Amino acid sequence: MFKIVDARFLAENIKKFEIEAPRIAKKRKAGQFVIIRIDEYGERIPLTIADSNEEKGTITIIVQGVGKTTKELNMKETGEYILDVVGPLGQPSHIEKFGTAVSIGGGVGTAIAYPTAVALKEAGNYVITINGARSKDLVILEKEMQSVSDEAYITTDDGSYGFHGFVTQKLQQLIDEGKKIDFVLAIGPIPMMKAVADVTKPHGIKTVVSLNPIMIDGTGMCGGCRVLINGKPKFACVDGPEFDAHTVDFKNLADRNKTYREYEQKALKRFEEHCRLEKQINQIKNEQ
Amino acid sequence: MNKLTPKERLKIQRHPMIEQDPKERSHNFNEVNMGYTVELAMAEAQRCLQCPKPTCVAGCPVNIQIKDFIAYIAEGDFLGAVKKIKEDNALPAICGRVCPQEEQCEEACVVAKRGEPVAIGHLERFVADYERNSGKIDIPEVKKSNGKKVAIVGSGPAGLSCAKDLRGKGYDVTVFEALHELGGVLVYGIPEFRLPKEIVRTEIDGLKKMGVKFQTDTIIGRLYTIDELFEEEGFDAVFLGVGAGLPWFLGIEGENLDGVYSANEFLTRVNLMKAYKFPEYDSPILDLHGKNVAVFGGGNTAMDAVRTALRLGAKNAYIIYRRSEKEMPARVEEVKHAKEEGVQFVLLTNPVRLIGDDEGWLKGVELIKMELGEPDASGRRRPIPIEGSNYTMDIDVAIIAIGNGPNPLILQTTPELEVSKRSTIVVDPETMKTSKKGVFAGGDIVTGGATVILAMGAGRKAAAAIDDYIQTGQW
Repeated sequence: MFKIVDARFLAENIKKFEIEAPRIAKKRKAGQFVIIRIDEYGERIPLTIADSNEEKGTITIIVQGVGKTTKELNMKETGEYILDVVGPLGQPSHIEKFGTAVSIGGGVGTAIAYPTAVALKEAGNYVITINGARSKDLVILEKEMQSVSDEAYITTDDGSYGFHGFVTQKLQQLIDEGKKIDFVLAIGPIPMMKAVADVTKPHGIKTVVSLNPIMIDGTGMCGGCRVLINGKPKFACVDGPEFDAHTVDFKNLADRNKTYREYEQKALKRFEEHCRLEKQINQIKNEQ
Repeated sequence: MNKLTPKERLKIQRHPMIEQDPKERSHNFNEVNMGYTVELAMAEAQRCLQCPKPTCVAGCPVNIQIKDFIAYIAEGDFLGAVKKIKEDNALPAICGRVCPQEEQCEEACVVAKRGEPVAIGHLERFVADYERNSGKIDIPEVKKSNGKKVAIVGSGPAGLSCAKDLRGKGYDVTVFEALHELGGVLVYGIPEFRLPKEIVRTEIDGLKKMGVKFQTDTIIGRLYTIDELFEEEGFDAVFLGVGAGLPWFLGIEGENLDGVYSANEFLTRVNLMKAYKFPEYDSPILDLHGKNVAVFGGGNTAMDAVRTALRLGAKNAYIIYRRSEKEMPARVEEVKHAKEEGVQFVLLTNPVRLIGDDEGWLKGVELIKMELGEPDASGRRRPIPIEGSNYTMDIDVAIIAIGNGPNPLILQTTPELEVSKRSTIVVDPETMKTSKKGVFAGGDIVTGGATVILAMGAGRKAAAAIDDYIQTGQW
């Protein structure tokens, strides 16, 4: 059992958890992830470690409630427990002094990009961060990102904050302005990562993405997380999760990630119905 | 048991186990074999000749004193029988179910020369079940603590048998498991209908009662390196029994389509994550009702996968294997059970490519017929494609069950361990010592995918060598 020592929402539907896991806190490196299972009935899901505090013995994960498991997780409060937290898994980010490094985060991908942005800064890079959200109220980790950036940009799809447009448009703008970019890290939804790869490819900019395929064990055992890299299957859990963006078959990744969409929707519907009934029961109890 | 003459004993026919009806069992996950009754077990025990030089014992990878335990059964002392087995085998209820006895003890049985061998496996299973059901489970003796610590990596058959022997000798033993449940392949790989998980739990509980410590969710190589186990955690020796947990794929077009599973993933979803109970359990598996499912491979894992597919409602469940039935590595019993349940065998046939639709879903497979040529390195006749014999078959789900490579996690972080060309860990076959001082290894991580009992044998061998190493200090 792993104790949640702090749980708070960063934005609507996006929650930050600090979890007691001293050994993972000590060993984890930027780019690595954990697999969690909420309870006996739960599925195992991979979540990137956003931060850690070795002294406190905690790791931080940031979760966007999308499906049943993430929504259920986001109902957990400070002081509650998670049954299983396994890690650190995956290869750490490859960090070196590239020169000018751009870290791009889309939505909750910002949280995943954050530790690598920190490591890039520590390695002596000139760090530019571009973090995108649909609108102002969904922007997360703005201060944290600013503190590790030489230049920090926020983009919003609706223009309610920062640059009006997509992260790729901002990146294109920087390139067009003649900024010499040596390295790009892009983490977010699959279409965003693919779009970034398309922008950087003609300029020959080394670009790394962190992939999020379906996973069970996270130790190389099931092969469910295989992704096509240069047409060859690689396991994201032991070979990745970070890969050269220009070698990734994004269509295959997107196809594979929708394998269980129908099941996920069914599970979510069932869960929300359950929550609604529970709320009603509590209301009735309170009235009595 | 001197009442019968050997001649009379040889006249008794082997007693088959009671089995669930194939029509019924192909729709449920309950155990297929239902075991012996007291009467059947005692009658079967009468078939043992009590040979002065029992060849069966030499046929057993852990040298269970077979003759002696059968003598106890013949006398009706079933608890005495199981105690005898446990002197050499930590997990009799498991081995009685999944060991390939027909290639081991029963193949070596003297009675087999004149007919069917004594059903040693059925008897082992019977007494282990008898003990469990009696509630009087014998906890093996544990010597006074010697203050030395041994780390066991992996809670599968190799690790469990190593842990049991070392704990018995008085060592402080901790077993580290990467998954959330203990048992390794016994819980994620072998299905409930062949090995009920309750049995695995009971056997592990026995080790806990002996004082073996278990730590789940712990990945050695990542959370602790092997050096850290020695330097920071104070272990005196480490045993690696991490298994062959990296599934091989066919390397053909279309293997990344939706609907293509490795056998490991398919079985893990069902066995470990209980996906057959979705949505009560959160992990899903594709609904197989009315679907055509093809399993590629001819080993026990392939049989487990295809029989699981039937139980999940598959309309047609195929085994597609490139050689003939004779060359299949699966146990005869598993093939027989699969056939009885309605699995269709497509033999001497190999997949060429998997065919998908525009949205990335598997729709079919192109196959080619094969013929057998000269024997290859494995001693089995090499399959050769028959040119121009290609045809396609409609399938909705494909399961690749062609074996596993060694798990890479420990090797990634312990580069000083010597490995073979196949990435298995190289050990001294007598002592299971690796190239790194204080580190021993056994089971599938050394042999590549093999059997539960071979892994257990390796675990025992390593336990003896670890004891010797710690007591003498000599590497």
